[in-house]
Amino acid sequence: MTALLAVEHLQVEFRTEEGVLRAVDDVSFELQRGELLGIVGESGSGKSVTAMTIMGLTRGPNASFSGRAVLGDLDLVTASERQLERVRGGRVAMIFQDPMTALNPVHRVGDQIVEQIRAHQSENRRAAMDRAVDLLDRVGIPRAKERARSYPHEFSGGMRQRVMIAMALSCSPEILIADEPTTALDVTTQAQILAEIGTLRKELGVGVLLITHDLGVIADVADRVVVMYAGQVVEQGSLSDIFYDPRHPYTWGLLGSVPRLDADRPERLPTIPGTPPSLLRRPTGCRFAPRCAWRFEACSRPPALKSDDPETDEHTGRCWLDLDVARERRVVGGTLGLPVDDRTTAGGGAANP
Amino acid sequence: MARFVLRRLGSAVLVLFAVSILTFLIFEVIPNGNPALRLAGRTATPANIAAVERIYGFNKPVYVQYVRTMEQIFTGKIVSYATGVNVISQLKQALPVTASLVLGAAVLWLFFGIVLGLLAGLHAGSTIDTGISALNFLGISAPSFVIGYVLIYVFSFKLHVFPSSGYVGLADPLGWAYHLAMPWVSLAILYTGIYSQVLRASVVDTLNEDFVRTARAKGLSHRQVTLHHVLRTSLIPVVSLSGLDIAAVLGGSAIIIEVVFDLPGIGYYASQSIGALDVPPVLVITLFGAFAVVIFSTIADVVYGLLDPRIRVAGSR
Repeated sequence: MTALLAVEHLQVEFRTEEGVLRAVDDVSFELQRGELLGIVGESGSGKSVTAMTIMGLTRGPNASFSGRAVLGDLDLVTASERQLERVRGGRVAMIFQDPMTALNPVHRVGDQIVEQIRAHQSENRRAAMDRAVDLLDRVGIPRAKERARSYPHEFSGGMRQRVMIAMALSCSPEILIADEPTTALDVTTQAQILAEIGTLRKELGVGVLLITHDLGVIADVADRVVVMYAGQVVEQGSLSDIFYDPRHPYTWGLLGSVPRLDADRPERLPTIPGTPPSLLRRPTGCRFAPRCAWRFEACSRPPALKSDDPETDEHTGRCWLDLDVARERRVVGGTLGLPVDDRTTAGGGAANP
Repeated sequence: MARFVLRRLGSAVLVLFAVSILTFLIFEVIPNGNPALRLAGRTATPANIAAVERIYGFNKPVYVQYVRTMEQIFTGKIVSYATGVNVISQLKQALPVTASLVLGAAVLWLFFGIVLGLLAGLHAGSTIDTGISALNFLGISAPSFVIGYVLIYVFSFKLHVFPSSGYVGLADPLGWAYHLAMPWVSLAILYTGIYSQVLRASVVDTLNEDFVRTARAKGLSHRQVTLHHVLRTSLIPVVSLSGLDIAAVLGGSAIIIEVVFDLPGIGYYASQSIGALDVPPVLVITLFGAFAVVIFSTIADVVYGLLDPRIRVAGSR
């Protein structure tokens, strides 16, 4: 089966006053029809830049790109602005983190949806408005016909995110990119929005790229997971691979940092010590090494993203540790985690600010 | 909406009251402010002056004089101490001149301010932006009498294409525009600079808004994003600013332009009256100016509400 979207060796650099910042470094993944692919990572891991680049929204005088992001027969990295306009909102739709600011405050929500429909399809205003009302109704906005005439500030955060989803769906996209769609919402609303996205995927066969820093969200809805760190993919695999057989110490740390309701309450919530490296001055070897309790000599050279398991190449990790060693070390106090390492706080590029 | 406008007009009464008292008191305290000195003529004896004071009531307490003056203003009977001409009828003659000046100039400065501001904002940091900003600051900092006289020198005395002074009524529309062209440009140069800078800043802010990214992610064309999302939202501060500026010019703040181009407008009238320490016209013009500011800022607020629905809700509550 050919992938809906194939990102191949994508690299994104921005020229800044302090030097060239490589925000995305050799990122590759595929998204299948009807699949929900989660991209996880801390702030600054390059996950949003990856998504924005697929939409062609990172272009600018200071940005340079290499690699490909192939949608059907179109490479989105090199596509013309005209081609991208047709893709954006048409074949690939995007919803953003903060529904409070993502809608234009001075236009009615119905009009904002109509605007998108009419940008892609030659439909008259009235027919487009009828579609907009149907969409609002479908994403669970009560009294949709009336509410289409409301302004964004007259909606709650959750309702606004539903409006965003309705807007994203308006042109029946093949791919939905959701960049932290629930981060700004409370937990109940978050669950509703995720359920909504899940339904759409099943009913419409839309491929979803869900970007989040919240593993809890990923665990609920994703089929496959890409873990990003400092602009690179450090681990990639199915949901169960990542949650039950993680290869990379960073993934262990992420999993270990998820607060658990079913375990004894620890004295402190476990965290990964240190901060991600500056993208201007990346460590030469493994980028996670300065924060990793398990680092050894090999880590001064950059590890490749590879599968250590002869049975499958679907699950890959970017770590020098042997698979059986890794499987042993990732268990801390009976659960998955990354031990705190005294060297970390003293160590190089990842010292706490 | 109606309640909002009524409330604003109510507060206008208070503003006008305060302005009238302040203006009146200023003339009480300035040296040589006693109008009897001028009314009695150059060779007046102290007895003449005393007689004038008695006739005009200048010997009465200040509040009595104030009440009497205000009464004359609102009955339209107030006359100038310097010329004896009715002030209200003078104002009625001056108003069309100033209104013509501000109308044409506002069209020019809004058009060029918006075009240049949008261009500079969209290309912030580029050569276009730097060039436009330089022009703006030149326009803002060049005194309007310099601009006015340079225009007169070049276009009237050297090229003989525009008249250097005078006003022609709207009955002759071509003559009207022909005589006002240079005053319009002089006045507009200053405001174009200001408006362009304000809009530029607003556009730069708006471009960073999430909804602009959403608009682009929707697949809208560059033109649609720019006009319908960026410009539409960025115009909001320009609207409230233009309400106040149009009112200020109407209220006589274009004094210099009117004097340079010999336009018998409100500013010209004000400058003559102040020169003669002539209280009644100054008082009337000040009140008129304050009234214009209140009216136009109310209009600006209503338009503001139309442009920004979030304000509209707050205003109607």
